[in-house]
Amino acid sequence: MSVWIIVGPLLAAGFAALLIGNARARAAVGGELANLHSRLGYYGTYLAILTALPALLALALWLVLERPVIDFAVGRGLPDQVRMMSTPEQTLVTGRINSISEGLPRLSADDLKVVQGARYGVRTIDDAQKVLQANGVVLGSAPEPYIIAAAYDGLIYHNLSRQIMAGVIALLAIGGFLFGYFRIKPRLRARNIVEKVVLGSLISASTIAILTTFGIVFSVLFETIHFFQLVSPDNFFLGHVWDPRFASADNNRGEGQFGLLPLLWGTLFISFVALAVAVPVGLFAAIYLSEYAGPRFRAFAKPVLEILAGIPTIVYGFFALITFGPLMRDIGAAVGLDISATSVLVAGIVMGVMIIPFVSSLSDDIINAVPQSLREGSLGLGATKSETIKRVIMPAALPGVVGAVLLAASRAIGETMIVVLAAGIAANLTLNPFEPVTTITVKIVSQLTGDLEFTSPQTLVAFALGLTLFVITLALNIYALYIVRKYKEQYE
Amino acid sequence: MADEGVIAAAPQTTAARRLNDPALLKRRYAAERRFQLYGLAAILFGLGFLVLLLSSIISNGWSSFLQTSYRLDVRLDPQVIAPDGKRDIDTLYGADYTTLVRAALAKTLGVDMNNRPVRRDLNGMLSRGVDVQIRDRVIADPSLIGKTVPMWLLAHGNVDSLVKGHIDRAIPEARRQLNNRQVEWVDKLTADGILQKRFNTGLFTYGASSQPETSGLGVALIGSMFMMLTVVILSVPLGVGAAAYLEEFAPKNRWTDLIEVNINNLAAVPSIVFGLLGLAVFINFFGLPRSASLVGGLVLTLMTLPTIIIATRAAIRAVPPSIREAALGVGASRMQTLFHHVLPLALPGILTGTIIGLVQALGETAPLLMIGMVAFVADYPVTPLEPATALPVQIYMWATSAERGFVERTAGATIVLLLFLFVMNAVAVFLRHKFERKW
Repeated sequence: MSVWIIVGPLLAAGFAALLIGNARARAAVGGELANLHSRLGYYGTYLAILTALPALLALALWLVLERPVIDFAVGRGLPDQVRMMSTPEQTLVTGRINSISEGLPRLSADDLKVVQGARYGVRTIDDAQKVLQANGVVLGSAPEPYIIAAAYDGLIYHNLSRQIMAGVIALLAIGGFLFGYFRIKPRLRARNIVEKVVLGSLISASTIAILTTFGIVFSVLFETIHFFQLVSPDNFFLGHVWDPRFASADNNRGEGQFGLLPLLWGTLFISFVALAVAVPVGLFAAIYLSEYAGPRFRAFAKPVLEILAGIPTIVYGFFALITFGPLMRDIGAAVGLDISATSVLVAGIVMGVMIIPFVSSLSDDIINAVPQSLREGSLGLGATKSETIKRVIMPAALPGVVGAVLLAASRAIGETMIVVLAAGIAANLTLNPFEPVTTITVKIVSQLTGDLEFTSPQTLVAFALGLTLFVITLALNIYALYIVRKYKEQYE
Repeated sequence: MADEGVIAAAPQTTAARRLNDPALLKRRYAAERRFQLYGLAAILFGLGFLVLLLSSIISNGWSSFLQTSYRLDVRLDPQVIAPDGKRDIDTLYGADYTTLVRAALAKTLGVDMNNRPVRRDLNGMLSRGVDVQIRDRVIADPSLIGKTVPMWLLAHGNVDSLVKGHIDRAIPEARRQLNNRQVEWVDKLTADGILQKRFNTGLFTYGASSQPETSGLGVALIGSMFMMLTVVILSVPLGVGAAAYLEEFAPKNRWTDLIEVNINNLAAVPSIVFGLLGLAVFINFFGLPRSASLVGGLVLTLMTLPTIIIATRAAIRAVPPSIREAALGVGASRMQTLFHHVLPLALPGILTGTIIGLVQALGETAPLLMIGMVAFVADYPVTPLEPATALPVQIYMWATSAERGFVERTAGATIVLLLFLFVMNAVAVFLRHKFERKW
């Protein structure tokens, strides 16, 4: 039973309740709407909320809990030998059960009887397999009896669950409707009740932000703990070799080395080069735009610099891949240096250009916030404009500028697409900016694109890396806010 | 001129002499000019890079909007298509249409199709998608069988590269993709007008393919559209609701402070972490299908939410208190004030914030890679639960493919993406200017 068959009529019932509620309220005062406590529409809305809302909430809860509960029930029916199996074998069993379960809804009633027969021992496994194969379920070998039993039971439980769910929802809707219908009287404070419900929904909308943060932390933390059960934290945080070595046919769980240090070094090195490009250019651009540029130049240059921030990072990465990388390599060849087309230099410069708008617009705001009196005092003493900027404005704006630089750094550290395309995948602990290195973000992408076995260290390490990245950027952001707040000058 | 008088009249102490030293003054002015120059140079550096980037992408990509095709009169020989005389769907699907095209091409070139090397070379001139092109036309109109129909048929990717100048003719034959005879044919057909470059509608309608000439952005565009729809439907109510609560109703206590800090932090979290969240929660825990545009839409919603919340809060804050007080004064409740007066007036700001959030979401690649949208999807997805891909992810997949024909297509797809973003940004700026109210 599809969800829409239930949601559709439920919404229609809610709409009908709206009209009925309004009509009943109107009838209760004999047409004199001024005698109602609230405006007419609120009575219909009240009835509609009572009819539809509890049912919808129950539906959502049921859908969330359905799969885990059914999986648990099916799992209890599996024989002990399955529980004794190693994890990869259990995953295989689950996979086979799932592929049959996906195919069962496609079966006609007769074909389903064959599978039912096989489950209860009346028909043979081969018959069932033939029927399944004819409907697009491909099984490598004849399935064991408990697999067919598990898949069939899963289907029965699913159908049962949907039927009970439909019944519960219908009961809730009808019950809510009747409860509200008999309470509609002229003295009913419908507006207050409706507004309380609306306030509740606004509050739940705003807690989504908290839920997201918790979701990020917990989901990543959960998998990271799994990872640290397989690979010790010392190996991860202090290891200086990155060689994950995916599991192959002969070694069940490949002995890989998961050292964070080369990745962390690559991230920091590239971010350093990016900041070395972005901070001078961004600061000088901001200074020029706020102190020297005329209004027309400013109106033209500022949006153009903002465009640099609006270009998607995949475009930067592609540009670095086909144009900038080869360009750097050719320049290097002309000067006698061996610059690789995917190197720290290439990725760092391109990332630096992407960050320029962050530094320049934040610094622009900060420089503009310095009061005019400081400037005028300095100029009055005979300083040139550049001396004023260097000796008066910049020290005053320094905390804000440092905050902006830290925020830009956190952006550079979390950047993915530019480094995926422009920096390479070789985990390299090197000081040479002309060689390829790789970063934390590149490795997260490469460990997770491909076939996943969710319990292997090769996949779980991506979560550990993600948690590291999250903590680093969070710490940088908090530190930036703290610095700005602590050293902010209070003018008068 | 007043300076000289002041300088002459000042007492001649060491410090005063140093301060009034004209050489020092000249150095300071030179430093001033240099400083100004650095600032200008910085801006020009940024601008120059932007120009370099755009020109490189456009120069690599504009040729992908044209695709070479042959204009041939193909005889739909019934002996080849339906040898038993049956014209049912299975027969029509299974027929070898490429033979017919080879025959037509051989006739135009005046070569003998029975010669095996000639046949091999002819094959190298035609795209493998030619089979599908004719098959679709025959199935749509089986009455064409037996007639000679003029058609535009796709050329092989190598022919396309040669015509567009991407293959160097000076390389020796053994290392080139097309041998000398094929190059000769290409030149002859181009001169006769049979081989032409036409507007590449396939770039927008085809799905994924292993050959460049039959691959396109169709699936990616639909996937991106599904995701944008999901983002708008989910994040606008949630974002506006949250912002309205935080601005109008929330008491100033620790709980709301925590919510605010959280929202600001979420705006700065790297996008790849959202991808991990989507993988762990939506795919692993909730069991949604991988590569589905619904999951992509959910992840992008979580990313766009902070942007919309912050923009809506600013828009609500800009509505002057007098409006609220007037509404309360005529007897409206606080909720009625919010929904009937404040939100409609804040709508332009909310709209602009939403469009900016959508623009950011459209260009995001990293989180979509995590949830598995790097799939080879050849058919259009019909519902948001079917496998799909997205425009920036398609660019990534083509960029990492080795064939030369894909480089051009990647740049073309990038141009399409940048055009979308440019149009959306222009709409946002236009809306902001048109509906901006000065209170």
